[in-house]
Amino acid sequence: MNSSTRNARILFLTLTGLLLSGCERPPTESVQLGYRGTGMQQVVNPRILEQKVALNVPPTATASAGTDGPSAGSIYQNVQVLGDLGIGQFNRLMVAMTSWVSPDEGCTYCHSAANFASDELYTKIVSRRMLQMTTEINSQWQSHVAQTGVTCYTCHRGKPVPGNVWFTDPGSARMANQGGGREHQNAAAPAVAMSSLPFDPFTPFFKDDSANIRVVSNTALPTGNRASTKQTEWTYGLMMHMSDALGVNCTFCHNSRAFADWSQSTPQRVTAWHGIEMVRALNGNYLEPLGPQYPENRLGPLGDPPKVNCGTCHQGAYKPLYGASMLTDYPALAGPAAASQ
Amino acid sequence: MAEYQNIFTQIQVKGPADPGVPLPAGNTTRKGKPGYSHLLGLFGDAQIGPIYLGWFGIASLLCGFIAIEIIGLNMWASVNWDPIQFVRQLPWLALEPPSPANGLRIPPLNEGGWWLMAGFFLTTSILLWWVRVYRRARALGMGTHVAWAFAAAIWLYLVLGFIRPVLMGSWGEAVPFGIFPHLDWTAAFSIRYGNLFYNPFHMLSIAFLYGSALLFAMHGATILAVSRYGGDREVEQILDRGTASERSALFWRWTMGFNATMESIHRWAWWFAVLCPLTGGLGILLTGTVVDNWYLWGVKHGVAPPYPAVYPPVIDPAAASGISQ
Repeated sequence: MNSSTRNARILFLTLTGLLLSGCERPPTESVQLGYRGTGMQQVVNPRILEQKVALNVPPTATASAGTDGPSAGSIYQNVQVLGDLGIGQFNRLMVAMTSWVSPDEGCTYCHSAANFASDELYTKIVSRRMLQMTTEINSQWQSHVAQTGVTCYTCHRGKPVPGNVWFTDPGSARMANQGGGREHQNAAAPAVAMSSLPFDPFTPFFKDDSANIRVVSNTALPTGNRASTKQTEWTYGLMMHMSDALGVNCTFCHNSRAFADWSQSTPQRVTAWHGIEMVRALNGNYLEPLGPQYPENRLGPLGDPPKVNCGTCHQGAYKPLYGASMLTDYPALAGPAAASQ
Repeated sequence: MAEYQNIFTQIQVKGPADPGVPLPAGNTTRKGKPGYSHLLGLFGDAQIGPIYLGWFGIASLLCGFIAIEIIGLNMWASVNWDPIQFVRQLPWLALEPPSPANGLRIPPLNEGGWWLMAGFFLTTSILLWWVRVYRRARALGMGTHVAWAFAAAIWLYLVLGFIRPVLMGSWGEAVPFGIFPHLDWTAAFSIRYGNLFYNPFHMLSIAFLYGSALLFAMHGATILAVSRYGGDREVEQILDRGTASERSALFWRWTMGFNATMESIHRWAWWFAVLCPLTGGLGILLTGTVVDNWYLWGVKHGVAPPYPAVYPPVIDPAAASGISQ
């Protein structure tokens, strides 16, 4: 073997190595979830799953406090939510919230150090509204969260601002005739799992006055469905987000031979449908109206407040925290129905 | 060291360069002084040039250059003229067709106008190149099989980028110019129209695509296997006994009872290759214009089989609550 052949081989091996360096290390495991031969499978990489499971362990709950004692509302000033709770339970929840949301910043992240009752800090106003949102999710959206429910930790994970929130993307809009109009797509965008699909599917689909996600016709022959291929790319982008946020394949919900057909879909698709409704309602009723409360550094490039999508809670897991319920340890967050019991 | 030997491609003959047969009256001459490339000689003929340019060739190259410039500069502009980001993001970048809201009107340059212009020059370039292929074949006294095979590919290209968008009444239905974007477009197109795999013309196109690969492998392998007997000199050998030609025919007759002839194998190859984009183009042309959901079409015509239910019954919650998503 002469030196040029050897060099060529080294170059070939190096290039092959570089080409494959972005790939996951095999082997992967596939789990059959549907009728045999239909490709209804979930593919998991056990090494990646192991890391994700470790990242999604809920913190241990503090010892529960007794239910006796006067109510928090009768002791403290300006208690607009959870005022019916016993003082012991109330304080336990406040301590837990601090460890879930602002472990480094402490109580004074939301409360004025001089006067805990004061609404001086915007964070207190936001967190009060978030508590109301949490109880609404747990009481009104069991079609999506079931009995597992959510707590502050489901989204926050020890950070004052959850790691996965979204703002309207201004895109790379350029002046007319200047060239390079991207049509809000064709960038390696994390929001759509690094595909070249439209990179902000949240603005059209995840606000309360949202566009129709459904693009596929219900009839074999044309009967007036005007949805375009471009429009389909937006739906496709949203589905890439859902797949990425839940760490699942398309076939977790859909039979990919007929994406639109409900009768061939898995029961998870119904849960996901309620999830979309929930996200729209939360953004419309809770997150968007908080806009004026935030300082400028908390707003998006177009001045809109942070909003939720599937990844805000799920964070790569098909069930947030892989189905562990923290709600059982903090029943006060279960909402009006449960709290009155 | 033992070396595998056969008659073709191993020896590179370097003599006085062959200028080619005389051209018909009225043609310009072939351009360039012929040279030799050892490296290219390993893959094909070592002689490089002379080349026939001609007006159609020059016009085609010019139009092609303009099209690639429009596409490339738009991609570069989309990353704010950052050269590093241009290289890094190149597979994701694209020049998008106009929004469907524009219908078939000519939109502003930055909202699809550049796409229309790039498409015009690319199409002109391709059509001019087709004329060149046709005329060069005629000038050499050949048949025009290559030109018609190329025309089959042009048919698919025109259906995707021109004929179907015009029938649908929107340039927005056409394909973007871009590496990943045109693949994402393809997937979105299939999803929108209820799964292209149930489109019978798509099925045919795939059969001819895979069939072409199979035939190519069979024919290439057969000729290489008999090249030690001069199998590359196919036609001269057809009438003789014991030749490479007869051995290759016998091989397939023994193996599967039937064999193509030296002439018919090339007709097989030509038709398989040509029918791949021809049927594919028909499939695209019917999508959205005549059929809106290929899966449901497949159900209607007994193509898509039902499978046993394994999940509890799933019902569209929108149908129950009256909310559409």
